[in-house]
Amino acid sequence: MTSSDSPSPSLDWSTLRNSQPRFSGMESGHGACQGCGQALATRLVLEAAGPDVIVANATGCLEIFTTPWPQSAWTVPWIHSLFENAAAVAAGIEVALRAQGRTTKVLAFAGDGGTFDIGFQALSGMLERNHEVLFVCFDNEAYMNTGIQRSGSTPHGAWTNTSPAGKVRQGKRHFKKDLLAIIAAHGIPYAATASVAYPSDLRNKVRRALDVSGPSFLLLHSPCPLGWGHDSALTISVDRLAVETGLFPVLEMERGHVVTTMKIRNPRPVREYAEPQFRFRHLLQDTPEAREELEHLQALADANIERYGLLATEPGPRDTEGADTVRRGGSRWG
Amino acid sequence: MREALEGSQAIARAVALCRPQVVAAYPITPQTHIVEGLARLIADGLLAAELVSVESEFSAASVVLGAAAAGSRSYTASASQGILLMSEVLYNISGLRIPVVLTCANRAVSSPVSIWNDHQDSMAVRDSGWIQLHCADNQEAVDTTIQAFRISERTELPVMVCVDGFTLTHTLEPIDLPDAAQVDAFLPPFRFSRTLSSSAPLSQGTLVSPEFFTEMRFLQHEAFARAEKEILSADRDWAGFVGRDCGGLLRVEGDREASVAILAMGSVYGTLKDAHRSGLLGRPVRLLSLRAFRPFPAGAIREATQGLSDLIVLDRSLSPGSGGIVAHEIRSALYGMAKGPRVVNFAVGLGGRNVPGEIFREMLESLEKDPPSFSIFDLDPRKLPDPGLDAATEMPSSGPVLSPR
Repeated sequence: MTSSDSPSPSLDWSTLRNSQPRFSGMESGHGACQGCGQALATRLVLEAAGPDVIVANATGCLEIFTTPWPQSAWTVPWIHSLFENAAAVAAGIEVALRAQGRTTKVLAFAGDGGTFDIGFQALSGMLERNHEVLFVCFDNEAYMNTGIQRSGSTPHGAWTNTSPAGKVRQGKRHFKKDLLAIIAAHGIPYAATASVAYPSDLRNKVRRALDVSGPSFLLLHSPCPLGWGHDSALTISVDRLAVETGLFPVLEMERGHVVTTMKIRNPRPVREYAEPQFRFRHLLQDTPEAREELEHLQALADANIERYGLLATEPGPRDTEGADTVRRGGSRWG
Repeated sequence: MREALEGSQAIARAVALCRPQVVAAYPITPQTHIVEGLARLIADGLLAAELVSVESEFSAASVVLGAAAAGSRSYTASASQGILLMSEVLYNISGLRIPVVLTCANRAVSSPVSIWNDHQDSMAVRDSGWIQLHCADNQEAVDTTIQAFRISERTELPVMVCVDGFTLTHTLEPIDLPDAAQVDAFLPPFRFSRTLSSSAPLSQGTLVSPEFFTEMRFLQHEAFARAEKEILSADRDWAGFVGRDCGGLLRVEGDREASVAILAMGSVYGTLKDAHRSGLLGRPVRLLSLRAFRPFPAGAIREATQGLSDLIVLDRSLSPGSGGIVAHEIRSALYGMAKGPRVVNFAVGLGGRNVPGEIFREMLESLEKDPPSFSIFDLDPRKLPDPGLDAATEMPSSGPVLSPR
């Protein structure tokens, strides 16, 4: 790598990169697909969380692609029990550590199925009982491990194998569950959303979540190239569009109140987000039904922008452009 | 010192003597008094444990799974629907080889809904990989609970202590509670070999391909063979402290030379023993109390049934379309035995129906009348739909052997 695009002529990129303390909690060599948002998000979470953690992992892609016995990609203590109990297993670990006077942080990892749907009861109970657990939901908006079926998190209008687009249906009929509002209703100390397109924002939120006393929750938008039907190389740019359209609001909440939002400097139309993804392709057809559904999707994005006040009034360091350190890094990532 | 204690309170005190660090449970009748008792002991500072009042039995089992994996002795209790809701986690705990003790306050399973005692709940999870020990009375419940922690921690298999709901859990009996020094000498502090720790990270619960799955299941199965020895040694060693045992795998009492035996599991054995002592049986009978249902002690059963012409096996549960579950396993254990006894299987006391001491004599008398291999002995046909009202309704073939009471 040349230093031509380096911020300073005295630094080259490899020096910069190697000087960063990066803990690797999940090593390479696992079996995730190319461009897997969840694998990237997991790596980022553990980089920020550090080695003194215990992970309780729900059933799903992450569990499958990291632990084909006798191999494991994890360098942190890790336990997978079942699909719907990651929050309860984590709660058990946390009380045991408390009883023993140990200070190791406890993380629960689940996909949107294990969070919005089948694992929701255990999650709600864990939050209500005030366990000091960071629950991380890797939200790829469908059951991907079983082959792309709709979940409570699948966006309105999206194609999946159980919400197919056909002659009379235009993908998922229902809305994406407003999980954040439900989490907020638990009044937990800290909850936030983040996107793999903004890694330093994501890592900062992990650190903040682990700093609070009590339960915390992170909803991490994690594209699935296979399930969303986009080029593996587009994971970051597709997810950036999820934020820039307003479809996935990036924010922080304390005790149920929104305290920060990532402002959108240049809002993009949802059509731009939909175009590279197979799951929205049917909405781009020139039919009244497709146009109506695409308008629905645009209206949902607009509603998010209004509800959370996402429009930037002036450029800022933490808006969608300012926080975009990866792209700001320049040609290294193209 | 002997105290008059409700079964649940005695069990709670026994659990507390084992110094669990984490207790997680969800209320269900007839288990609730046990966890309430533990909650009071914690509230009074008599037990230093974290009580996690979870939002479901599913999470109760999941919390103790996580807590034990993180290195804390952990305990839960449930019954009936709660055991069934836990069932997925129960398999998982055993497969992960995590030591946990659970009290099952045995109760019927819905539908029809019944809060009363039978063994359908623990039977529903008999293949989940848990050691299952049944208690004939509340003293056995206390002693078995204490032994269960040692057995579980030595075998790395979870243990379910089965205690008949209401019949034991809600009954006052004079109980000899051991003192803390005895329990501390018997049960060393909890140490789990695969404790989750960031200083020695391990991955547990990984994806196992067909290349290794069979071997892992073999190891789990093999552990039950070793568990037989641990159950026996725990009972023997504990007897060294308190001067009484629970019968190991299978208790044999009554008239050893008799040609007829009755085998029961759980509190019915207490009734049977009482009937024997009171002369209600009317003839010499060998009495068998099956304590260990898992591991199933086939060898001990073959030995205990030597010289018998007839063996009556009592079941407090039913596999519809098949028959009594204990009897099936007994028949399997006796298969191929030279001069093995005829096995006659009676289901009794389903859904909490009282099993009176007089019923055993009727069972014994029925042996002369060539009874079917399985029947529900205390069925009352007067309560069945009248076949005259609906010609399509036929009387079940497993009707009573004797006239209805």
